[in-house]
Amino acid sequence: MVLGTYKEAIAARSTEKKIQDVSQDGGIVSSLFIHALEEKIIEGAVVAGNSDEKWKPEPVVAMTPEEIIEAAGTKYTMSPNVFAIKEAARQCGVEKLGTVATPCQVLGIRKMQTYPFSTRFISDKLKLVLGIFCMENFPIASLDTFADAKLDSSLGKTNKMDIGKGKFWIETDDGTKGVPLKETHGYEQAGCNICTDYVAEYADISTGSVGAPDGWSAVLLRTDDGDSLFKSAVDEGLIETKPITEVKPGLELLEKLAKGKKDKAKEEINNRVSLGLAVPNIY
Amino acid sequence: MFSKIKEMLDTNGDNKNQVKNAPSEKSKPVNKTNKPRIGYIHLSGCTGDGMSLTENYDILATLLTDMVDIVYGQTLVDEWDMPEMDLCLVEGSVCLQDEHSVHELKEAREKSKLICAFGSCAMNGCFTTYSRGGQQAQPKQESFSPINSLVKVDLALPGCPVSPEMIAKSVVAYINNDNDYLKPAIDIAACNTACGCDLLTGIISKGLCTGCGTCGLACQTRAIEMIEGRPHINTDRCIKCGACYASCPRSWLPEKQIKKELNL
Repeated sequence: MVLGTYKEAIAARSTEKKIQDVSQDGGIVSSLFIHALEEKIIEGAVVAGNSDEKWKPEPVVAMTPEEIIEAAGTKYTMSPNVFAIKEAARQCGVEKLGTVATPCQVLGIRKMQTYPFSTRFISDKLKLVLGIFCMENFPIASLDTFADAKLDSSLGKTNKMDIGKGKFWIETDDGTKGVPLKETHGYEQAGCNICTDYVAEYADISTGSVGAPDGWSAVLLRTDDGDSLFKSAVDEGLIETKPITEVKPGLELLEKLAKGKKDKAKEEINNRVSLGLAVPNIY
Repeated sequence: MFSKIKEMLDTNGDNKNQVKNAPSEKSKPVNKTNKPRIGYIHLSGCTGDGMSLTENYDILATLLTDMVDIVYGQTLVDEWDMPEMDLCLVEGSVCLQDEHSVHELKEAREKSKLICAFGSCAMNGCFTTYSRGGQQAQPKQESFSPINSLVKVDLALPGCPVSPEMIAKSVVAYINNDNDYLKPAIDIAACNTACGCDLLTGIISKGLCTGCGTCGLACQTRAIEMIEGRPHINTDRCIKCGACYASCPRSWLPEKQIKKELNL
């Protein structure tokens, strides 16, 4: 299946204004973490927080709803959240942990849980893995190129970044400007080119904007834990939903992009193999 | 996880009765059962892997009583002559200047169907690679080699130490003949060089790294930090255990096992 295994696909958004105000799309990740904290399903979550340098994320162990909201919004460069799971489990002593992860990070986490060679008593502590849709990831220098060279602005002036409708967008006090994605290709990290996973196929819940209307997110419920958490957040009124079949552009677009990523990655994998280069051994 | 492993061990029903009826005094194993006969050899290591094994409190009793026969091992079994074994776990690297170690390893190879490099020291030398001899009580002992430099190794479990869960999962897979789970451990058994540099040579310089940070999570000495989305190896802290490369989702990816684990 091009979207991986899932129980249900739903369009959803947070009902809370304080989350809507800061979230990238529907505020699903923030809402679910806050709900999981309040329900004591998790004690803390590793999230992509802010560092001293603008737009350069840093993994943060968020222990309160305020800290979750502080870290809301997508960052388009790497935040090694998987790395910080150790800090959360050891220094912070978090016994029940959640994290938000890109598809490649979800793979790292799941591999660690399946083959926990050197991670004593960590895998059981991870109670919630929220995956985000991801086509590619950019080094911070690439983002700098987009803002500075291509859009005649700067990362410092940028208030929000977004990818949608075929462009990479930055929002500044002076307005919104976009670079066509055709021009951003070639600036993503090379490792992304062989990634076949657009929708975090092994997360508990995957979410992202694609497929849902503006201000909403598409949500894929995958594991039993993910399913029950999402539904209890809906029951509590923290998240409102619409059937995915009733929204535009709907699952079709998500499937199209997911398949596109797989096809392109397979082509690149074949290309690398023909060059004699190593690619991940899939068991 | 232990509850899952318990399920796999199937500790309900008949097995429970066996525990109840088991003699409280350890008698010499008659071994007319078809339980796997497992040995444990301790070469040059810190006993960390053996200690890690015993950290499986929840399943240890069942495992040792019902599932396997431990037939050889200093401190574990009062048995001086090495018997025939189905599986021999070898902890620690082998000191080439210690005749006893060399002999014991060679003998184990002859008498055991499978040899498992149990932990990184056995697999690739790990921190014993840095040994340089010239110390009391035996100044001549300086060369500590991965065990596969002397004998063929069938499977390897890296880690310094290898985690309790990994040991439990591997033993359970072995008992259940789950070779699919063990396949990656079998495939890395031939490897005997490993350190943080593998991330540079095998992942980053091959255009495979995505900066996910799993290597840093796997590093047990915190020799890895993430800088600009890539692992940076502090070579003074790296003990050459190889856990980072083994854990990287871009070295190999166990998709089927992940799906199984998640019921997806």
